[in-house]
Parts: sequence; structure tokens; C-alpha cells
Amino acid sequence: MKILTGNDLKTGAVTWWTGYDWSLHVEDAIDAGAEAESIAAREEAARRVNAPYVIAGERTEKGVRPAHIKDRIRALGPTVRPDLTLKPADPEAGNWVI
Amino acid sequence: MADVLRFRDDDPVDHPAVTVDSYIQQANSAAVRVEPGDDARALIPYLDGLRLIEVNFPAFTDGRGYSAARVLREAGYQGELRAVGDVLVDQLFALRRCGFDAFEPDRPLDPADAQAALARWDHVYQPAADDRAPIWALRHPVTHG
Amino acid sequence: MYRYDTYDQQMVDTRVAEFRDQVARRLAGKITEDQFKPLRLMNGLYLQLHAYMLRVAIPYGTLDSRQMHALADIADKYDRGYGHFTTRQNIQYNWIKLAEAPDILADLAAVEMHAIQTSGNCIRNISSDHFAGAAADEVVDPRPYAELLRQWSSFHPEFTALPRKFKIAVIASETDRAAMKLHDIGIRMVRNDAGEIGAQFWVGGGMGRTPMIAPCINEFVPVDSLVTYCEAALRVYNRHGRRDNKYKARIKILVHELGADEYRRQVEEEFAHLQAQGIEPPLAELERISAFFADPPFEKDLPRGVDRSDPDFALWVDTNTVPHKVPGYVAAVISLKPVGGIPGDATSDQMRLMADLARAYSFDEMRVTHTQNIALPHVRQADLYTLWKKLDEAGLGTANLDQAGDIIACPGLDYCSLANARSIPVAQKLSERLAPNAAELGELKIKISGCINACGHHHAGHIGILGVDRKGTENYQLLLGGSEAEDTSLAKIVGPGFDEAGIVDAVETATGVYLAQRTKGERFLDTYRRIGIEPFKEALYG
Repeated sequence: MKILTGNDLKTGAVTWWTGYDWSLHVEDAIDAGAEAESIAAREEAARRVNAPYVIAGERTEKGVRPAHIKDRIRALGPTVRPDLTLKPADPEAGNWVI
Repeated sequence: MADVLRFRDDDPVDHPAVTVDSYIQQANSAAVRVEPGDDARALIPYLDGLRLIEVNFPAFTDGRGYSAARVLREAGYQGELRAVGDVLVDQLFALRRCGFDAFEPDRPLDPADAQAALARWDHVYQPAADDRAPIWALRHPVTHG
Repeated sequence: MYRYDTYDQQMVDTRVAEFRDQVARRLAGKITEDQFKPLRLMNGLYLQLHAYMLRVAIPYGTLDSRQMHALADIADKYDRGYGHFTTRQNIQYNWIKLAEAPDILADLAAVEMHAIQTSGNCIRNISSDHFAGAAADEVVDPRPYAELLRQWSSFHPEFTALPRKFKIAVIASETDRAAMKLHDIGIRMVRNDAGEIGAQFWVGGGMGRTPMIAPCINEFVPVDSLVTYCEAALRVYNRHGRRDNKYKARIKILVHELGADEYRRQVEEEFAHLQAQGIEPPLAELERISAFFADPPFEKDLPRGVDRSDPDFALWVDTNTVPHKVPGYVAAVISLKPVGGIPGDATSDQMRLMADLARAYSFDEMRVTHTQNIALPHVRQADLYTLWKKLDEAGLGTANLDQAGDIIACPGLDYCSLANARSIPVAQKLSERLAPNAAELGELKIKISGCINACGHHHAGHIGILGVDRKGTENYQLLLGGSEAEDTSLAKIVGPGFDEAGIVDAVETATGVYLAQRTKGERFLDTYRRIGIEPFKEALYG
């Protein structure tokens, strides 16, 4: 599947395209399909996202996962600071990242 | 012609600028255009006959034109020095300091933003092609007599 | 320390207002990201892996307690309670919001700090010897010259869109503690036979994709021409540096392609021209700046030596303090490399403690070292035990300066959008693995970069590690034999790369070769230089 991701313009937070909005959680990402690039251009022009790009991903039992390690780290947070990730209370949260 | 932001009182040159190469082969124009790869110093022998030198910025990130402008001003060029191309509000102040006294941007600038950018800095740290005294000169005024 | 006058203060205040306006225009859609990017970079603001990152300038690495407190407050108010000290003596925050960046710059300006030109294709913050003003071997304090150049390079109108970034380091000792020859311009202040101070110019060094050691371009530029010579060196680069290929745009490529002699000739020609342009500040300005760097009121006839009865303290004194030009004082280095920790990171509480200790014991001065530690430059030996106790209680008493645990590591793929592999976990595991043997291994500089841009200085490591992306997985190359010191050398890749566990084993294997082959008094680097790469290859791949 094709996932669309970028950063929030004001906060810089990593965001994922949900089909109608941007979410902090990669699990909310949808397959943006063939329209991914045009959605990216439209959303960037509207300043709802900064520096968007399209990546490969897959849907697993536990949710959508980016194919590349870089975007998996983006999706969770720094592997060396679990306390600063999106799921600080879950010690297993990072198991799929590396 | 696109809007030109001009800081001169004389009449603008009314004919298009020629390339540096063609100008040097046959100096029959009062206007020449310097591209980023051109050596601005090649024009130094001809400065008396020139009234307009355009310096092209195909991309605002290519800063060779800043040096070209200073080189020309340092050589005594008094005519119009016009930055053309990808000229943006946030480059105006530095361009002005390097000796440009006219701007012909590809896309029009917001006049209020341009004015604010040009008026923002009361002081500068280093001398350039404008007549601003650097901060070190203000700290150490030369005493006369 | 340098203090701003009303002009300096006005310049940073104006910069804050300018950036506030630029951010507002970006948020309002009046400028595109492509147009805004160079503007935010020249204010130290990157878009990184998880958020915006702000790099704050710490000119020549010097700061006082008030400034360190402000850095701690920024970490708490705008970030997540910590910061990362970098190899160019700056500090970075990892979780910054664009809309708040102008407020942070305003907070910095209130303590005479800024983030001006800490990124972008311009002259960057100027680095220096972290023991400046304390080192017994310095010809002169290099910082006044660095400050003179800071002001010259700030908002320089001609050099705002250089082919690439431009880094300058200024030192004034034979001993190089600033990796001077690995900068775009390395300046060493020297004294000539007539006793005059001048600047030796080394131009075209750098790490990154194509590491090069700078050649000497001028043995002695008189001090009354320092700025003019820099301007000439930069103008030749701005006019002729390559712009067709980002990876060939640094000045090292220009100097290499022209040859040092031809580059020198062009600079001399430009220099002769510029000397008539009146761009050099008067010597009175250098004198004005120098006065700020006068020695603090050192006490005379202090007792020398320390009570070594506490063995942990004695170890720390032996590893983390260095001689001072004034008897009875030392320079003490606070390690930001606890065993298994994140190199260069400090919490806001640690920053405040270091600030308070600097005020109590080091004439209110700290230095950020390029090895990502914090030095207290002027500590009375008599105060060392109390100082160490307080550091140790806060987890800042690690005794490992220049040893295997004192690892330089870039943020890597945990934080950086350019990275190909993580650096920090490798540093953490290595530091744990080598800790039991660290004293035995002695001086061993390990440097880790998570990509070819070499922010972790892997080319200059006695042992260097370069993280690469091999088909979507992290892979690490081992390099040996680099040095960033006065005996500058570039490390060589030993062979095929390793995975994370493999690189930790490989480094341990390399240290084993050293321990088996060293002769008395040899450091790892000395043994490597004597025996060459083959015994290491044999042990690793044989």
C-alpha cells in the first residue's frame, strides 16, 4: 500500500494521511493509492502538511506499518528514548520498529 | 515588462540587455546581462559605456550574483545594477547592500513586505557596496583635527 | 567573556523580529517551503525526523551560567527537558514547534545568544579550542579573533547563498583540540620571528562524503588583515565553487580541483584588491574585543595537588582534568558520556547543575567541547573534590575523557532525517562493552556517524564507525587510524560492514589486536600506525 506522510507545518509533528485528515498515529493511515501525489500537493498547498511524501507500507494485524526503518522510527519516536515515543507506557511498542 | 523596483532617479535604459559575450565582442549597447557563470570582471574595461547591468538569478539560492555586484561597484560602476529573476523579499536587503539599486523579480513582491525588509536593519556588521558605516566604525569614530 | 554592547543586542533583537515576520509569512502562505527553508536554516531550524530541531549557537563554545540556565529553561519550556551538545560546540533541541521558534530566539537574545547561521549555505558558527584562555601552550587566546570573525560573518550580505555550508575554526596552540584542519577554513594564530601575532590559514579541509585535510594556504596573515583575507578566501569560493553538484560544492573540492597553489594565487589577487576597499576593522576593535577575554582574577601561590585518598576521585582527576596555565588550577571536563548513555545529551537539571558549579568553581565559565562534553576551564585544585562529589551525585562524574567510553556520536536515525542508520544505540552498547577495559585501553577515540555526512567525525576516529543503509537494514562499516588532532589523519575502511551486534564485536576485536601488539606507551592509534591495517583485517575477517 502507499502511505502518505509528512509533518505538521506549525508543530513539526509526524503525521499520516487518513483519507480526510492527518493523524499522529500511523495506524490511522490509509492506502492513498494512485492519488497519493496529488493529495500531497493539494494538502501542502493548503498548509495542512509540510514536506509530504509517499512511502510503501503494509497492513498487518496490528495496523499499518511503513516498509522502511526510517519511517517506522518516525511513526513511533526515537528508539533510544522510549519515554518520548507515542506509546511511552508500552514496553512492547517498539518491537516492530527495528 | 514586469514591475521594477528602482532606487534611482535617472531614466531607465529603454532597450534590452545583451549577453556579456556579445557585449564584449561588440560594445554597442548600454545594457548587459550577467549570468551566474559569467566573470563580472570581464566588464570592467567597459563600465564607462554601460548604464544598466542586469545580474540574473535563475534561482535565489545561487549567490554568485552577490559577488558580481560588489565586484562591479568596487570597480567604480555608477550605473543601474538590477537583480532580475528569482528575486525574493528576504534577499532584498543583502542584494541592496551588495550594490543593487533595482529589482526585477519574476513574481511580483508584496510592496509592504519589501519595504519592511529593506528598512529592517538599522546597523550592519561589515562594510559592503552601500554607504552604511559598519558597527565597528560607529564604535571607533575617527576623530579629526 | 564577550558581552554584547547596544549594537550587538540590537542585531540579535532585529534578527528575532525578522524571523518572527518570516515565520508569520510562512504560516500565512506568503512564502513557500522552498523559499522559507534557507531562511529557517539560517536561524538554526531544521525539519527533522520527529519535529523541528533548533540548533543554538554557542560561539567558540564559551558560555556562562546565566546562559546555561537559559538553555535549560528553553529545554523545559519549549522542548522535552533536555538538549544535545554537538561536535561544533552548539546545542540542539529535538522537539521544537515552528510557531514557537521566534519566542525561543527572543529568550536567547535576552541572554546574549542566538541561532544565527547555525545551518544553511553560509558561514556557520565559529568554533575554537575549548581550553582557550586556560591552556598552557597557547600563543594567545584565540577567542577574540573568533569573535571578530563572528561579527564579520554575521549577516554578511555577499555570502548568504554560498555553494554550501562553510565552517571556520580558530585555534592558537600547536595542540589541536578543534579539528582545525578538517574545517573549510582552519586558522591557527601564531607568532612570527619578530614576535608579531598572525594567522595561519588552512583552507579546504572537511569530512563528509569526500574527507580532506586542509592544505596551508598562508603561513602568516598579519592580524590587521585577518578579516580582509577571510573575505578574499570566501569571495573566490562564492564565485568559483561548484554549484552543479551538491556533493562537490564544498570549498575542499574547489581547492582540490584548482590545486592549493592556484587557489592561493586567486585568493592573494582578491586580497590585494580588497585591501584597498577598507573592509578591515581597526585594531582598536580587536583590542576592544580582547579586553573581554582578559584572565579572570586568578589567585597566586595556590597550593598544588589534590588529596588522592578517594580512589574514584583520584581516577577522575587523572582522566578528566588537564593542566592549566596558572599553577594551582586545572581545566576539568564534565563527561556527558555516562556508561550506556546518549553521548552529548544533558537534561535541564544537569545543565542547571553545571551552570551553578561553573559559577561557584570556574569563574562563571563553561566550554562546550567538540567531543560533546562540558569543560570548566579554570578550577582550583583545592575545589576539585567538592566539585567532583556534586557532579558524581548527578551522574556527571564519569571518568572517561578521551577513553573508549568518550564516544562521539551524531543523533543518527533516532532523530535525523538524513541518517541511514542509528548511531546512539551503537555508542551505548560499545560504551558498556568496553567500560571494564577502558582504563587499560587508555586514549581511544571512537567516533560514530549515522550517514556519510560525517557529523559524528568517523573519518577522524582512532576507531570510526559509519552507519549505512543496506537494503533497508542498518549496516556499519569499521574504519581505523583517523585523528582530528594536530597529527590529523583520515581513517581507512577495514572491510565489509557488520550488523549492530557485529560492529560491537568488531571494535572489541580491534582493541584486542592493539592490546596484543602494543609496545610500552603506545596508544591505539600509535600501534595502528606502526603495524598497519593488515593485522586488524586478519583478526576481523581472516
